[in-house]
Amino acid sequence: MRRRVFITGVGAVSPLGIGVQALWDGLCAGRTGLGAPSLFDASGFASKLGGQVPGEFSGKDFVPKSYRKAVKVMARDSELAVAAARLATEDGGIVTRGTLDGAPGETTYSNERMGCQIGAGLINAETDELTSALATSTDQAGQFDFRKWGTVDGGGGMNNLQPLWMLKYLPNMLACHVTIIHGCEGPSNTITCAEASSILSVGEGMRVIERDAADICISGGCESKVNLMGWLRWTLLNRLAPVGTQADGGSVIRPFESGSAGTLLGEGGGLLILEEASKAKARGTRVYAELKGFGAAHSPPPAYEAIAHVQKSKFDDRPGDGVRFAVEAALADAGVGPGEIDAIVPGASGIAVADADEAEGLRAVFGERLAEIEMITIAPNVGQTVAGQGALQLAAAAMAMREQRLPARLHGGTAAGGIRAGKWTGGGATLRNILVLSPSLGGQNAAAVLGRAGM
Amino acid sequence: MSERVVITGMGWVTPLGSDVEGVWKRLLKGESGIGPVTHFDASTCSTNFASEVKDFRLADFVDDAPAHQMASIGTHYALAAAATAWRQSGLTDKINRRRFGVYLGSGEGQLDYTNFLAANLTGWNAEKKSVEGHRWAERALATMTAVREVEQEPNLAMSHVAAEFGCRGPSFNCMTACAASTQAIGEAFEIIRHGDADVMFAGGSHSMIHLLGMTGFMRLTAMSQRRDTPQTAARPFDQTRDGFVMGEGAGMIILESLSHAKKRGAKVLAELAGYGSTADAFRITDIQPDGRGAAGAMMQALRQAGISPRETGPDGRPPVQYISAHGTGTKENDKIETAAVKAVFGPLAPRVPFSSVKSMLGHLIQAAGAVELMTCIKAIETGIVPPTMNLKTPDPVCDLDYVPNAPRDLTAEGGVDACLSNSFGFGGQNDTIVVRRFRG
Repeated sequence: MRRRVFITGVGAVSPLGIGVQALWDGLCAGRTGLGAPSLFDASGFASKLGGQVPGEFSGKDFVPKSYRKAVKVMARDSELAVAAARLATEDGGIVTRGTLDGAPGETTYSNERMGCQIGAGLINAETDELTSALATSTDQAGQFDFRKWGTVDGGGGMNNLQPLWMLKYLPNMLACHVTIIHGCEGPSNTITCAEASSILSVGEGMRVIERDAADICISGGCESKVNLMGWLRWTLLNRLAPVGTQADGGSVIRPFESGSAGTLLGEGGGLLILEEASKAKARGTRVYAELKGFGAAHSPPPAYEAIAHVQKSKFDDRPGDGVRFAVEAALADAGVGPGEIDAIVPGASGIAVADADEAEGLRAVFGERLAEIEMITIAPNVGQTVAGQGALQLAAAAMAMREQRLPARLHGGTAAGGIRAGKWTGGGATLRNILVLSPSLGGQNAAAVLGRAGM
Repeated sequence: MSERVVITGMGWVTPLGSDVEGVWKRLLKGESGIGPVTHFDASTCSTNFASEVKDFRLADFVDDAPAHQMASIGTHYALAAAATAWRQSGLTDKINRRRFGVYLGSGEGQLDYTNFLAANLTGWNAEKKSVEGHRWAERALATMTAVREVEQEPNLAMSHVAAEFGCRGPSFNCMTACAASTQAIGEAFEIIRHGDADVMFAGGSHSMIHLLGMTGFMRLTAMSQRRDTPQTAARPFDQTRDGFVMGEGAGMIILESLSHAKKRGAKVLAELAGYGSTADAFRITDIQPDGRGAAGAMMQALRQAGISPRETGPDGRPPVQYISAHGTGTKENDKIETAAVKAVFGPLAPRVPFSSVKSMLGHLIQAAGAVELMTCIKAIETGIVPPTMNLKTPDPVCDLDYVPNAPRDLTAEGGVDACLSNSFGFGGQNDTIVVRRFRG
């Protein structure tokens, strides 16, 4: 007998606010969180808008009192993750040693039965912190002098970095902090496949529960690209829409539009409580959805000049193959036919070549029926949060399933090819199954199928 | 019934070379891959030595090396190791590519230092103690390139491997620090067991022998500082150990469902019999002092393999004849790993050979686990287990059989049937794999 997996808690942090309700309300109201970022000075880039978590967000507000000191060694990505974990456990009514925070009480699960899979990005070192150290080791021309950096007959410049400096930036620190806070001693992983990271993590968490290596997993992903290196890399890759601070954030990202000028970067992500179904039923908790299927596949990523060398294929690939294979695998795993999918949360974030490839893959699976399936697009609202994006897509899907409602859509133009991604007010709907999909820059594709719990 | 999973190909790139047989011989001779850092000017660094890959040319391994020219050095190592494994496996282009995946634990590529450092220093405003964004961006946009930047992404090594060999099945990359490639192999094993793929490339690649990679570990005081005697600086389990020695490289194996391997008449190198994964969930810098997380990973892997660690076989020998230690040579790791092995094997622990090839290869970070698993497969094949070199001063808290200073030939006692390979990462991930002789 296959062990089934329910989604029983959702924690989301996004440019629409803190918590899954803020995300959902923002989506339903057609609000955008995209605007001029204050975390860094984007004035040197053509793309001047992005999605930042609003207000004075700090991980400090989301960790047990005894753990506040550790926030000093957290990159923003880790702060997002500890917040999402706190929100997810609270939302799911899961008691952990972290939610108890020293108070007496029983945890819902024993530590060994709790797993944790968190998708993460390549975390960029904070520029001021690093450069203040580098600046102590320059020659007369102002260039970095390696010999002044070391401590043996050098200037010891590196000592200006705090001893734990590197531990801020290892991608597995998101999961490290979450496992320490909540006591997850079961299988734990950090998957780093750009936009596909979150869904791959959730898929792996699902498999961990299926194979009885844990009863719950805290799974998802978080990332902040709202910094100089994040902007630089995506600017060089030609993925960002060149827009000034006066532009209307909500109309920049145009999913599935062939002439779309690019996407906007954001920060955020989410963590889901994945829970073995019989145990979730036994504790009588509210269930968002059943996680019915997962699939992953690789394909040469769609055309970008910078990665021509990995996209050039010696094999007989067709556009959209990776998307198609991942979706077909997820549908087969769920035992659901394409005719039973009532909504899709695509990865589409307004990067024309990537969106076209994704559309091609979806068309290969759904054929003409694709034109009848409503899309839930979140990028115009939150931007592209990369490793966190799939988790926000899953969070939106989980809420849509629970509420039996489709949120509004923002779109500043027209979606191509008859795909239902254009501007729309949303509304009530009968949703049996929702497909969530993330293709990635590196060619990794991940898909998940959510079904109505109990059906 | 889950699929059984076997290993049908393996390849590595290590500081002692890149051909499987040659490196194995050098490990049995106790040779060291360690020398002065040549990748950057580390002359004033408290650790100015490392275990570097030497004389490596990607063109020796793949036909279209120029197509991968701009990839990071770690990706080059991954491609070379994958090519070696692919050739050994006898797989061909006839493979069903949708059932052929890749799961790597590869690390990030290194920064474009020349331009990255210059952008930071150009933008630096000493009075305000901050970088001026527009000046930084102007310098960075003028000099840094899309290719150099994208190739640092940690999912690009696997993108190159998939492009070269046509993997179109499930594809993942994980980064759990020093545990990553063991975890990748374990999760790839589970993907095949679950029926999501027939064949998987699994392993990892990494090079942190660069300015900020070395800096990070120096600030943590995790690396040996024996500048005068680098060749013997890696001293796992020795009382005088003072940290690990940084290495670089790649290890790649081909995992295959037994039914797939049988159908094509493949030569099986070994069976992957068990995988265990836990998190310490303790502290960001320290390991659980009782080794609970490490012991848990070993116990899970053994249970899955159907091995009772405290029961001897009919021949009176321990049920596992070799443990490849994580054995980094840091004070804490070696002590706690020893305690964990004792907790698992009880009275049999002193009878299980338990060595660390990091004493010769250095620590290949994310690539370490895959390379070490391959040494287990060689031990099964030859009946000989590799030594822990530089173990001259016993440490009272490290009192197991570390195979000190010389390899051990176990063929007279019946060879090596089952091995454990341990990898533990900064951040608390513990991963163990059980590999054993394939008996059909």
